[in-house]
Amino acid sequence: MASSTEQPAKTIPADKPMLQTRNLSFAYSSGISVVNGVSLKLQRGKMAALLGANGSGKSTLIRLLAGILFPSAGEVLLSGKPIPCIPKTLLARTLAYVPQLNPLSFPFTALEVVLAGRSPHVPRFQFENRLDFEKAWVALETVGAAHLAQRPVTELSGGERQLVVFARAIAQAPECLLLDEPSASLDLKHRAELIRNLVRLRDRMNLTVLLVTHDVPLLDESFDVVFAMRAGEILTEGKPSEILTSDVLSSVYEDPYLQARNVEGRTFVWSATHRRPAVQRE
Amino acid sequence: MIIENRSGRAIASPESSIPSAPMPRSRLLRALVILLPVLVVAMAISLWAGYRFLDLTTLSHDPVMQSVFFRLRLPRVLLAAIIGASLATVGAALQALFRNPLADPFTLGVTGGGMLGASLAIAMGWGVNIVGVPFVFLAAFAGACIAMVAIYELARVGSLVLPGTLLLAGVVMNLVSGAGVIIIQYLVDYTRALQILRWMIGSLDIIGFELIGRMLVLLLPGWLLLLGFAGDLHLLAMGEETAASLGVNVRRCERLVYIASSLVVGVTVAVGGAIAFVGLIVPHAVRILFGEDVRIVVPCSFLLGASFLMLADAFARTVLDSGELPVGAVTALLGGLTFFWLLRRRQRYAAI
Repeated sequence: MASSTEQPAKTIPADKPMLQTRNLSFAYSSGISVVNGVSLKLQRGKMAALLGANGSGKSTLIRLLAGILFPSAGEVLLSGKPIPCIPKTLLARTLAYVPQLNPLSFPFTALEVVLAGRSPHVPRFQFENRLDFEKAWVALETVGAAHLAQRPVTELSGGERQLVVFARAIAQAPECLLLDEPSASLDLKHRAELIRNLVRLRDRMNLTVLLVTHDVPLLDESFDVVFAMRAGEILTEGKPSEILTSDVLSSVYEDPYLQARNVEGRTFVWSATHRRPAVQRE
Repeated sequence: MIIENRSGRAIASPESSIPSAPMPRSRLLRALVILLPVLVVAMAISLWAGYRFLDLTTLSHDPVMQSVFFRLRLPRVLLAAIIGASLATVGAALQALFRNPLADPFTLGVTGGGMLGASLAIAMGWGVNIVGVPFVFLAAFAGACIAMVAIYELARVGSLVLPGTLLLAGVVMNLVSGAGVIIIQYLVDYTRALQILRWMIGSLDIIGFELIGRMLVLLLPGWLLLLGFAGDLHLLAMGEETAASLGVNVRRCERLVYIASSLVVGVTVAVGGAIAFVGLIVPHAVRILFGEDVRIVVPCSFLLGASFLMLADAFARTVLDSGELPVGAVTALLGGLTFFWLLRRRQRYAAI
């Protein structure tokens, strides 16, 4: 590249990895380091999952990747451009983020929330047009929440609200989608539907996906890569079949009681509750 | 790009046809078309009502009547419109910024801070004789600004603003400022103490066109900033991280809305005193009428706020046979009831 990285990006080049971090570290104001020297690479059009125990730094890492938090050391590159060099609107057109908690204080309708996803594409001081409206509506249909369109989001259940926020991210039409535990309040059917939608978006739109989750059975072979985090570091990464084993998961979650079994391409995990270490492993 | 998804799924059933709900832009235009005549009617009523009701035939040849109308009533009505519009717009903006439906310059203690600043300026004798010498404005602006930043930092934990703490901090800020004002009143001489007391209640009777001009110099930039940031505030009302991930420069928006709100509240407090709860009543009336979209709520609050305070002032002027009620008492009474009603509706506004 001829242009230096100090220049603000006008467009997002397509030949670099979609997301890349170099030696990324972050500490909250208490001084405790939550993310320690993470270097990862996520290629365009790949779907990745990020696993890790509570407090291992997953949510902080995904917020750093989304450009919502800024690292105390290292950098995040989006298609080779450091995030602070990308204008905020261009960043929002390229990268969407679905937060874990969606505290909504005002009874906006679901459709209004989804329509907000179009705002990076709408010029300043202008309103969404009919086409934005249609895209918002189709996004709601895609997640199967069109029947909620006119309902106030404050009256929706946690799972319904997650669907609406996912629809907003789809309406944003990003190249890269970061989701923080999007399946946490969803029922079985909608969890599977979520993954089907992500796979479809990846295959049709070449969308890059990174998904934080505790829901191991959700991670089938349609995921291209799984990152496992422990104590603020990427412990290991690989194909789902390489990572989702009793040995690797035991060390990721630091739990000797943890067992994993593969059934029909899915991994089921449980931790023995009656304190008997899993000694007989294949 | 997403449109293509439609062909990929069997969703083209009649149930899922796109509803013909009005677009945000046409909803705003419709709201403005309704509120502009309301403003004109409210102004006409406010100009007509008073100790002596307006009579157009007398006005055309009676110099006393002309003097009453042009020197007293017209500027007063304009001032009511300006202050009403200001407070309602700030209320709408702060509710979105703090994601708290009970936010208002008064409930957040910003008015209190402005009053302390203005009292200090009056007590020190800076521009006492002509209330409205810009220094009083600036002192009130500084007080309002300090109060706003203080309560926000108190109620803030990371990216979350604790709604209960925010309102408690506002109450305490008002009490502390009130105590400061009382102490100042005890320390200064009688005339100045009376002067402070007069506008503390909130009244609109001491003015002239020159003062309105001076106010507008400071208010116009504040208004334009608040109206211009309505789009960002709409996204901020959905959450700070959401707004940031949708391309809003959250820190810049916050800072400019602080400054604009403090400026507008400071100037209105320095002239009109503490006129409470206009910023609470008006935006909620707009929400009930026209929906939650902040890009609609902010400009509509501007128009309806002007109409509301003109009518409240006309009521305050005419309800008693002799003399008049302070308009601040009228709005505080109405606003207090609105506040309690909103508390009852907290299942709708989950954050309270």
